[in-house]
Amino acid sequence: MATLTVSRAPLGGFDFGNCKRNAVLERETNTAGCSLPSARKTGTTICGIVFKDGVVLGADTRATEGMVVADKNCSKIHYISPNIYCCGAGTAADTEMTTQIISSNLELHSLSTGRLPRVATANRMLKQMLFRYQGYIGAALVLGGVDCNGPHLYSIYPHGSTDKLPYVTMGSGSLAAMAVFEDRYKPDLEEEEAKRLVRDAIAAGIFNDLGSGSNIDLCVITKGKVDYIRPHDEANKKGIRTGDYKYKAGTTGVLSKVVTRLDLELVNEAVLTMDTS
Amino acid sequence: MNTLDVRSQLKDSVPVAGFGPHGSYGLQDSLRTGFTSIKNELIPSHSLELSEKNFQVNQDKMNMSTLRNIQGIHAPLKLKMELKAATQIQRLPFLPSSHLALDTLRGSDETIGFDDILNDPNQSEVMGEPHMMVEYKLGVL
Repeated sequence: MATLTVSRAPLGGFDFGNCKRNAVLERETNTAGCSLPSARKTGTTICGIVFKDGVVLGADTRATEGMVVADKNCSKIHYISPNIYCCGAGTAADTEMTTQIISSNLELHSLSTGRLPRVATANRMLKQMLFRYQGYIGAALVLGGVDCNGPHLYSIYPHGSTDKLPYVTMGSGSLAAMAVFEDRYKPDLEEEEAKRLVRDAIAAGIFNDLGSGSNIDLCVITKGKVDYIRPHDEANKKGIRTGDYKYKAGTTGVLSKVVTRLDLELVNEAVLTMDTS
Repeated sequence: MNTLDVRSQLKDSVPVAGFGPHGSYGLQDSLRTGFTSIKNELIPSHSLELSEKNFQVNQDKMNMSTLRNIQGIHAPLKLKMELKAATQIQRLPFLPSSHLALDTLRGSDETIGFDDILNDPNQSEVMGEPHMMVEYKLGVL
Protein backbone atom coordinates (compact mmCIF):
# COMPACT_ATOMS: atom_id res chain seq x y z
CA MET A 1 0.00 0.00 0.00
CA ALA A 2 1.69 3.14 -1.16
CA THR A 3 -0.75 5.58 0.42
CA LEU A 4 -2.43 5.50 3.78
CA THR A 5 -5.81 6.77 2.65
CA VAL A 6 -7.86 5.60 -0.29
CA SER A 7 -10.13 8.05 -2.06
CA ARG A 8 -11.53 5.74 -4.75
CA ALA A 9 -13.06 2.28 -4.36
CA PRO A 10 -10.51 -0.48 -5.02
CA LEU A 11 -10.82 -2.44 -8.26
CA GLY A 12 -10.23 -6.15 -8.61
CA GLY A 13 -7.68 -7.76 -10.90
CA PHE A 14 -3.93 -7.29 -11.11
CA ASP A 15 -2.33 -4.81 -8.74
CA PHE A 16 0.81 -3.08 -10.02
CA GLY A 17 1.68 -1.44 -6.70
CA ASN A 18 4.78 -3.52 -6.05
CA CYS A 19 6.32 -3.37 -9.55
CA LYS A 20 8.74 -0.55 -8.77
CA ARG A 21 9.78 -2.17 -5.52
CA ASN A 22 10.38 -5.49 -7.30
CA ALA A 23 12.48 -3.77 -9.97
CA VAL A 24 14.64 -2.17 -7.27
CA LEU A 25 15.00 -5.51 -5.44
CA GLU A 26 16.02 -7.27 -8.62
CA ARG A 27 18.64 -4.63 -9.38
CA GLU A 28 20.02 -4.85 -5.83
CA THR A 29 20.30 -8.65 -5.84
CA ASN A 30 21.92 -8.60 -9.28
CA THR A 31 24.63 -6.20 -8.11
CA ALA A 32 25.14 -8.40 -5.04
CA GLY A 33 25.67 -11.40 -7.31
CA CYS A 34 22.67 -13.62 -6.50
CA SER A 35 19.41 -13.89 -8.39
CA LEU A 36 15.74 -13.99 -7.44
CA PRO A 37 13.96 -17.37 -7.59
CA SER A 38 12.43 -18.09 -10.98
CA ALA A 39 8.89 -19.20 -11.72
CA ARG A 40 8.20 -22.90 -12.17
CA LYS A 41 8.02 -23.67 -15.89
CA THR A 42 6.86 -26.76 -17.67
CA GLY A 43 9.77 -27.00 -20.16
CA THR A 44 7.73 -29.34 -22.14
CA THR A 45 6.78 -31.35 -25.13
CA ILE A 46 3.07 -31.15 -25.98
CA CYS A 47 1.47 -32.08 -29.26
CA GLY A 48 -1.85 -32.82 -30.90
CA ILE A 49 -3.06 -34.54 -34.01
CA VAL A 50 -6.38 -34.77 -35.85
CA PHE A 51 -7.26 -38.31 -36.92
CA LYS A 52 -10.27 -39.83 -38.63
CA ASP A 53 -12.84 -39.61 -35.82
CA GLY A 54 -11.35 -37.01 -33.50
CA VAL A 55 -8.29 -35.56 -31.83
CA VAL A 56 -5.37 -37.08 -29.90
CA LEU A 57 -3.49 -34.82 -27.46
CA GLY A 58 -0.20 -35.85 -25.89
CA ALA A 59 2.11 -34.41 -23.24
CA ASP A 60 5.14 -35.33 -21.15
CA THR A 61 5.02 -34.99 -17.34
CA ARG A 62 8.08 -33.09 -16.16
CA ALA A 63 7.93 -29.65 -14.50
CA THR A 64 11.23 -27.79 -14.06
CA GLU A 65 12.27 -24.92 -11.80
CA GLY A 66 15.48 -23.59 -13.32
CA MET A 67 17.81 -26.58 -13.53
CA VAL A 68 15.91 -28.76 -11.04
CA VAL A 69 12.97 -31.04 -11.75
CA ALA A 70 10.15 -29.69 -9.59
CA ASP A 71 7.50 -32.31 -10.38
CA LYS A 72 8.23 -35.71 -11.88
CA ASN A 73 4.63 -36.48 -12.70
CA CYS A 74 2.63 -33.34 -13.29
CA SER A 75 -0.50 -33.31 -15.38
CA LYS A 76 -0.31 -31.01 -18.40
CA ILE A 77 -3.55 -31.91 -20.15
CA HIS A 78 -6.22 -29.68 -18.63
CA TYR A 79 -9.99 -30.04 -18.79
CA ILE A 80 -11.84 -27.23 -20.54
CA SER A 81 -15.23 -28.81 -21.21
CA PRO A 82 -16.52 -32.38 -21.64
CA ASN A 83 -15.54 -32.34 -25.31
CA ILE A 84 -12.53 -29.99 -25.22
CA TYR A 85 -9.14 -30.49 -23.58
CA CYS A 86 -6.06 -28.26 -23.57
CA CYS A 87 -2.33 -29.01 -23.14
CA GLY A 88 -0.26 -26.24 -21.59
CA ALA A 89 3.42 -25.29 -21.90
CA GLY A 90 5.22 -22.33 -20.36
CA THR A 91 4.80 -21.05 -16.82
CA ALA A 92 2.88 -23.74 -14.92
CA ALA A 93 0.73 -21.38 -12.85
CA ASP A 94 -0.23 -19.33 -15.90
CA THR A 95 -1.40 -22.34 -17.91
CA GLU A 96 -3.28 -23.72 -14.91
CA MET A 97 -5.16 -20.51 -14.09
CA THR A 98 -5.82 -19.55 -17.71
CA THR A 99 -7.34 -22.92 -18.54
CA GLN A 100 -9.45 -22.88 -15.39
CA ILE A 101 -10.78 -19.39 -16.13
CA ILE A 102 -11.62 -20.30 -19.72
CA SER A 103 -13.23 -23.53 -18.56
CA SER A 104 -15.50 -21.59 -16.18
CA ASN A 105 -16.35 -19.03 -18.83
CA LEU A 106 -17.18 -21.76 -21.36
CA GLU A 107 -19.42 -23.50 -18.83
CA LEU A 108 -21.34 -20.29 -18.16
CA HIS A 109 -21.54 -19.60 -21.88
CA SER A 110 -22.84 -23.08 -22.69
CA LEU A 111 -25.44 -22.82 -19.91
CA SER A 112 -26.54 -19.54 -21.43
CA THR A 113 -26.74 -20.84 -25.02
CA GLY A 114 -27.95 -24.32 -24.04
CA ARG A 115 -25.53 -26.03 -26.45
CA LEU A 116 -22.29 -27.98 -26.26
CA PRO A 117 -19.41 -25.48 -26.49
CA ARG A 118 -17.36 -25.23 -29.67
CA VAL A 119 -13.59 -25.37 -29.89
CA ALA A 120 -13.54 -22.10 -31.86
CA THR A 121 -15.23 -20.36 -28.90
CA ALA A 122 -12.56 -21.56 -26.48
CA ASN A 123 -9.88 -20.51 -28.98
CA ARG A 124 -11.34 -17.02 -29.36
CA MET A 125 -11.65 -16.53 -25.58
CA LEU A 126 -8.07 -17.68 -24.98
CA LYS A 127 -6.54 -15.52 -27.69
CA GLN A 128 -8.40 -12.41 -26.56
CA MET A 129 -7.28 -12.89 -22.97
CA LEU A 130 -3.65 -13.61 -23.87
CA PHE A 131 -3.46 -10.61 -26.23
CA ARG A 132 -4.90 -8.35 -23.56
CA TYR A 133 -1.93 -9.17 -21.30
CA GLN A 134 0.60 -8.76 -24.14
CA GLY A 135 2.52 -11.97 -23.53
CA TYR A 136 3.11 -11.39 -19.81
CA ILE A 137 0.98 -14.46 -19.16
CA GLY A 138 3.40 -17.15 -20.35
CA ALA A 139 0.99 -19.81 -21.53
CA ALA A 140 1.55 -21.67 -24.81
CA LEU A 141 -1.39 -24.00 -25.38
CA VAL A 142 -2.52 -26.79 -27.66
CA LEU A 143 -6.32 -26.79 -27.69
CA GLY A 144 -8.22 -29.73 -29.16
CA GLY A 145 -11.74 -31.06 -29.15
CA VAL A 146 -14.69 -32.43 -31.06
CA ASP A 147 -17.87 -30.39 -31.49
CA CYS A 148 -20.86 -30.30 -33.84
CA ASN A 149 -18.59 -29.32 -36.76
CA GLY A 150 -16.11 -32.15 -36.30
CA PRO A 151 -12.64 -32.38 -34.73
CA HIS A 152 -10.57 -29.20 -34.37
CA LEU A 153 -7.00 -28.52 -33.21
CA TYR A 154 -5.53 -25.10 -32.42
CA SER A 155 -2.16 -23.93 -31.16
CA ILE A 156 -2.14 -20.71 -29.11
CA TYR A 157 1.03 -18.68 -28.43
CA PRO A 158 1.61 -16.52 -25.31
CA HIS A 159 1.17 -13.25 -27.21
CA GLY A 160 -2.23 -14.25 -28.55
CA SER A 161 -1.68 -15.61 -32.06
CA THR A 162 -3.37 -18.88 -32.97
CA ASP A 163 -3.05 -21.47 -35.72
CA LYS A 164 -5.62 -24.01 -36.81
CA LEU A 165 -3.73 -27.04 -38.13
CA PRO A 166 -4.06 -30.83 -38.45
CA TYR A 167 -0.98 -31.44 -36.27
CA VAL A 168 0.78 -29.08 -33.82
CA THR A 169 3.59 -29.22 -31.28
CA MET A 170 4.59 -26.72 -28.57
CA GLY A 171 7.15 -26.39 -25.81
CA SER A 172 10.91 -26.76 -25.63
CA GLY A 173 10.75 -30.25 -27.19
CA SER A 174 8.49 -29.11 -30.00
CA LEU A 175 11.14 -29.38 -32.71
CA ALA A 176 11.89 -33.02 -31.86
CA ALA A 177 8.18 -33.87 -31.83
CA MET A 178 7.51 -31.93 -35.04
CA ALA A 179 10.26 -33.88 -36.81
CA VAL A 180 8.41 -37.12 -36.03
CA PHE A 181 5.09 -35.66 -37.20
CA GLU A 182 6.52 -34.29 -40.42
CA ASP A 183 7.94 -37.69 -41.25
CA ARG A 184 4.96 -39.91 -40.47
CA TYR A 185 1.75 -37.86 -40.51
CA LYS A 186 -0.94 -38.82 -43.02
CA PRO A 187 -4.49 -37.43 -43.13
CA ASP A 188 -7.29 -39.73 -41.85
CA LEU A 189 -5.26 -42.00 -39.58
CA GLU A 190 -6.88 -44.73 -37.49
CA GLU A 191 -7.06 -44.31 -33.71
CA GLU A 192 -4.30 -46.82 -32.85
CA GLU A 193 -1.95 -45.40 -35.47
CA ALA A 194 -2.59 -41.85 -34.26
CA LYS A 195 -1.92 -42.85 -30.61
CA ARG A 196 1.32 -44.54 -31.64
CA LEU A 197 2.41 -41.48 -33.64
CA VAL A 198 1.73 -39.10 -30.74
CA ARG A 199 3.49 -41.44 -28.32
CA ASP A 200 6.55 -41.52 -30.58
CA ALA A 201 6.55 -37.74 -31.01
CA ILE A 202 6.43 -37.13 -27.23
CA ALA A 203 9.11 -39.80 -26.71
CA ALA A 204 11.33 -37.94 -29.20
CA GLY A 205 10.86 -34.79 -27.14
CA ILE A 206 11.53 -36.62 -23.86
CA PHE A 207 14.76 -38.24 -25.02
CA ASN A 208 16.18 -35.27 -26.91
CA ASP A 209 15.19 -32.31 -24.73
CA LEU A 210 16.35 -31.69 -21.15
CA GLY A 211 13.18 -29.83 -20.23
CA SER A 212 10.89 -32.80 -20.95
CA GLY A 213 10.88 -36.16 -19.27
CA SER A 214 9.17 -38.87 -17.22
CA ASN A 215 5.95 -40.32 -18.59
CA ILE A 216 3.73 -39.80 -21.62
CA ASP A 217 0.08 -38.80 -21.08
CA LEU A 218 -2.46 -39.16 -23.86
CA CYS A 219 -5.98 -37.84 -24.28
CA VAL A 220 -8.14 -39.24 -27.09
CA ILE A 221 -11.27 -37.16 -27.82
CA THR A 222 -13.94 -38.52 -30.14
CA LYS A 223 -17.59 -37.58 -30.60
CA GLY A 224 -19.23 -38.45 -27.29
CA LYS A 225 -16.21 -40.12 -25.66
CA VAL A 226 -13.00 -38.93 -24.00
CA ASP A 227 -10.14 -41.29 -23.06
CA TYR A 228 -7.73 -39.66 -20.61
CA ILE A 229 -4.85 -42.14 -20.44
CA ARG A 230 -2.46 -41.17 -17.67
CA PRO A 231 0.16 -42.58 -17.98
CA HIS A 232 0.06 -44.09 -21.40
CA ASP A 233 3.73 -45.00 -21.36
CA GLU A 234 6.38 -44.80 -18.68
CA ALA A 235 9.32 -43.87 -20.87
CA ASN A 236 11.69 -43.23 -17.97
CA LYS A 237 11.43 -45.89 -15.26
CA LYS A 238 13.44 -45.48 -12.08
CA GLY A 239 15.88 -48.38 -11.77
CA ILE A 240 15.72 -51.09 -9.07
CA ARG A 241 18.78 -51.52 -6.86
CA THR A 242 20.50 -54.79 -7.66
CA GLY A 243 22.94 -54.85 -4.70
CA ASP A 244 22.84 -54.00 -1.00
CA TYR A 245 25.60 -52.51 1.16
CA LYS A 246 24.14 -53.74 4.49
CA TYR A 247 26.25 -56.28 6.43
CA LYS A 248 24.66 -59.50 7.68
CA ALA A 249 24.45 -60.01 11.48
CA GLY A 250 27.51 -61.85 12.75
CA THR A 251 29.93 -60.52 10.09
CA THR A 252 32.10 -58.92 12.76
CA GLY A 253 33.47 -61.53 15.21
CA VAL A 254 33.13 -60.87 19.01
CA LEU A 255 36.48 -61.16 20.84
CA SER A 256 35.58 -60.30 24.47
CA LYS A 257 32.60 -59.09 26.52
CA VAL A 258 32.71 -56.85 29.67
CA VAL A 259 29.54 -55.97 31.68
CA THR A 260 29.61 -52.92 34.05
CA ARG A 261 26.77 -52.52 36.60
CA LEU A 262 25.39 -49.02 37.21
CA ASP A 263 24.33 -48.75 40.92
CA LEU A 264 21.35 -46.41 40.85
CA GLU A 265 19.24 -45.46 43.87
CA LEU A 266 15.48 -45.89 43.56
CA VAL A 267 14.02 -42.53 44.76
CA ASN A 268 10.33 -42.66 43.96
CA GLU A 269 7.93 -45.11 42.41
CA ALA A 270 4.50 -43.96 41.18
CA VAL A 271 1.84 -45.51 38.98
CA LEU A 272 -0.18 -43.10 36.83
CA THR A 273 -3.29 -44.55 35.24
CA MET A 274 -3.89 -43.69 31.59
CA ASP A 275 -7.17 -42.11 30.64
CA THR A 276 -8.52 -44.58 28.12
CA SER A 277 -12.08 -43.26 28.02
CA MET B 1 -7.65 -3.19 -30.40
CA ASN B 2 -7.18 -4.41 -26.91
CA THR B 3 -3.96 -2.55 -26.20
CA LEU B 4 -2.05 0.48 -27.39
CA ASP B 5 1.56 1.37 -26.76
CA VAL B 6 2.52 3.48 -23.76
CA ARG B 7 2.87 6.86 -25.46
CA SER B 8 -0.53 6.78 -27.13
CA GLN B 9 -2.11 5.50 -23.90
CA LEU B 10 -0.78 8.46 -21.98
CA LYS B 11 -2.41 10.73 -24.54
CA ASP B 12 -5.75 9.01 -24.90
CA SER B 13 -6.43 7.79 -21.42
CA VAL B 14 -9.53 9.16 -19.79
CA PRO B 15 -8.43 11.28 -16.83
CA VAL B 16 -11.22 9.98 -14.58
CA ALA B 17 -9.02 7.70 -12.47
CA GLY B 18 -6.00 9.98 -12.64
CA PHE B 19 -2.53 8.65 -12.44
CA GLY B 20 -1.01 10.55 -9.58
CA PRO B 21 -3.12 11.54 -6.60
CA HIS B 22 -3.65 15.28 -6.74
CA GLY B 23 -4.83 17.71 -4.13
CA SER B 24 -6.37 21.06 -4.82
CA TYR B 25 -4.86 23.22 -7.59
CA GLY B 26 -3.27 20.07 -9.06
CA LEU B 27 -0.29 20.17 -6.68
CA GLN B 28 0.98 17.22 -4.69
CA ASP B 29 -0.86 16.54 -1.48
CA SER B 30 1.85 15.44 0.94
CA LEU B 31 -0.46 15.22 3.93
CA ARG B 32 -2.77 12.65 2.39
CA THR B 33 -0.61 10.85 -0.13
CA GLY B 34 2.95 11.15 1.10
CA PHE B 35 6.03 12.14 -0.87
CA THR B 36 5.78 11.77 -4.62
CA SER B 37 8.14 12.23 -7.49
CA ILE B 38 7.39 13.37 -11.01
CA LYS B 39 8.95 10.21 -12.40
CA ASN B 40 6.60 8.00 -10.39
CA GLU B 41 3.61 9.88 -11.69
CA LEU B 42 4.51 10.15 -15.35
CA ILE B 43 6.05 6.78 -16.13
CA PRO B 44 3.95 3.72 -15.31
CA SER B 45 5.71 1.03 -13.28
CA HIS B 46 4.60 -1.72 -15.63
CA SER B 47 3.77 -1.58 -19.33
CA LEU B 48 0.38 -3.15 -18.66
CA GLU B 49 -0.61 -0.72 -15.92
CA LEU B 50 -2.14 1.96 -18.12
CA SER B 51 -3.84 -0.43 -20.48
CA GLU B 52 -5.39 -2.38 -17.60
CA LYS B 53 -6.55 0.78 -15.88
CA ASN B 54 -8.40 1.93 -18.99
CA PHE B 55 -9.42 -1.47 -20.29
CA GLN B 56 -13.10 -1.36 -19.40
CA VAL B 57 -13.46 2.21 -20.64
CA ASN B 58 -11.80 1.40 -23.97
CA GLN B 59 -13.88 -1.73 -24.46
CA ASP B 60 -17.06 0.25 -23.88
CA LYS B 61 -15.95 2.97 -26.31
CA MET B 62 -15.17 0.39 -28.98
CA ASN B 63 -18.46 -1.44 -28.51
CA MET B 64 -20.49 1.75 -28.58
CA SER B 65 -18.85 3.03 -31.74
CA THR B 66 -19.38 -0.33 -33.47
CA LEU B 67 -23.01 -0.23 -32.44
CA ARG B 68 -23.37 3.32 -33.72
CA ASN B 69 -21.93 2.38 -37.09
CA ILE B 70 -24.17 -0.66 -37.46
CA GLN B 71 -27.47 0.44 -35.98
CA GLY B 72 -27.37 4.22 -35.85
CA ILE B 73 -27.20 6.69 -32.97
CA HIS B 74 -30.26 5.41 -31.10
CA ALA B 75 -28.65 2.14 -30.01
CA PRO B 76 -25.65 3.52 -28.05
CA LEU B 77 -27.85 6.34 -26.76
CA LYS B 78 -30.37 3.97 -25.20
CA LEU B 79 -27.65 1.70 -23.82
CA LYS B 80 -25.72 4.60 -22.32
CA MET B 81 -28.89 5.85 -20.66
CA GLU B 82 -29.54 2.45 -19.10
CA LEU B 83 -25.91 2.17 -17.98
CA LYS B 84 -26.02 5.60 -16.40
CA ALA B 85 -29.19 4.68 -14.53
CA ALA B 86 -27.64 1.39 -13.37
CA THR B 87 -24.44 3.01 -12.09
CA GLN B 88 -26.48 5.15 -9.74
CA ILE B 89 -27.85 2.08 -7.93
CA GLN B 90 -25.12 1.61 -5.37
CA ARG B 91 -24.32 2.11 -1.72
CA LEU B 92 -22.07 4.81 -0.33
CA PRO B 93 -18.57 4.58 -1.83
CA PHE B 94 -16.81 2.99 1.13
CA LEU B 95 -19.36 0.16 1.43
CA PRO B 96 -19.26 -2.82 -0.95
CA SER B 97 -22.00 -2.67 -3.59
CA SER B 98 -23.01 -5.60 -5.73
CA HIS B 99 -23.45 -3.69 -9.06
CA LEU B 100 -26.03 -6.31 -10.05
CA ALA B 101 -27.89 -4.20 -12.62
CA LEU B 102 -24.63 -2.92 -14.09
CA ASP B 103 -23.23 -6.43 -14.41
CA THR B 104 -26.38 -7.70 -16.09
CA LEU B 105 -26.33 -4.86 -18.63
CA ARG B 106 -22.65 -5.32 -19.40
CA GLY B 107 -22.88 -9.10 -19.54
CA SER B 108 -20.18 -9.51 -16.89
CA ASP B 109 -22.51 -11.58 -14.69
CA GLU B 110 -21.82 -14.46 -17.09
CA THR B 111 -18.04 -14.12 -17.27
CA ILE B 112 -15.18 -14.73 -14.87
CA GLY B 113 -11.94 -12.85 -15.25
CA PHE B 114 -8.91 -11.97 -13.16
CA ASP B 115 -10.80 -9.10 -11.55
CA ASP B 116 -13.13 -11.63 -9.88
CA ILE B 117 -10.35 -13.88 -8.64
CA LEU B 118 -7.48 -11.57 -7.72
CA ASN B 119 -7.90 -8.65 -5.32
CA ASP B 120 -11.64 -9.11 -4.88
CA PRO B 121 -12.79 -5.75 -3.42
CA ASN B 122 -15.29 -7.58 -1.19
CA GLN B 123 -12.40 -9.40 0.47
CA SER B 124 -10.10 -6.43 0.85
CA GLU B 125 -8.48 -6.13 4.29
CA VAL B 126 -8.59 -2.35 4.38
CA MET B 127 -11.55 -0.05 4.18
CA GLY B 128 -11.43 3.36 2.59
CA GLU B 129 -11.77 6.32 4.89
CA PRO B 130 -15.53 7.07 4.84
CA HIS B 131 -15.41 10.88 5.03
CA MET B 132 -12.71 11.21 2.38
CA MET B 133 -14.45 8.88 -0.03
CA VAL B 134 -17.85 10.53 0.27
CA GLU B 135 -16.29 13.98 -0.10
CA TYR B 136 -14.37 12.81 -3.19
CA LYS B 137 -17.54 11.40 -4.72
CA LEU B 138 -19.55 14.55 -4.08
CA GLY B 139 -16.73 16.69 -5.39
CA VAL B 140 -16.30 18.81 -2.26
CA LEU B 141 -12.80 17.46 -1.69
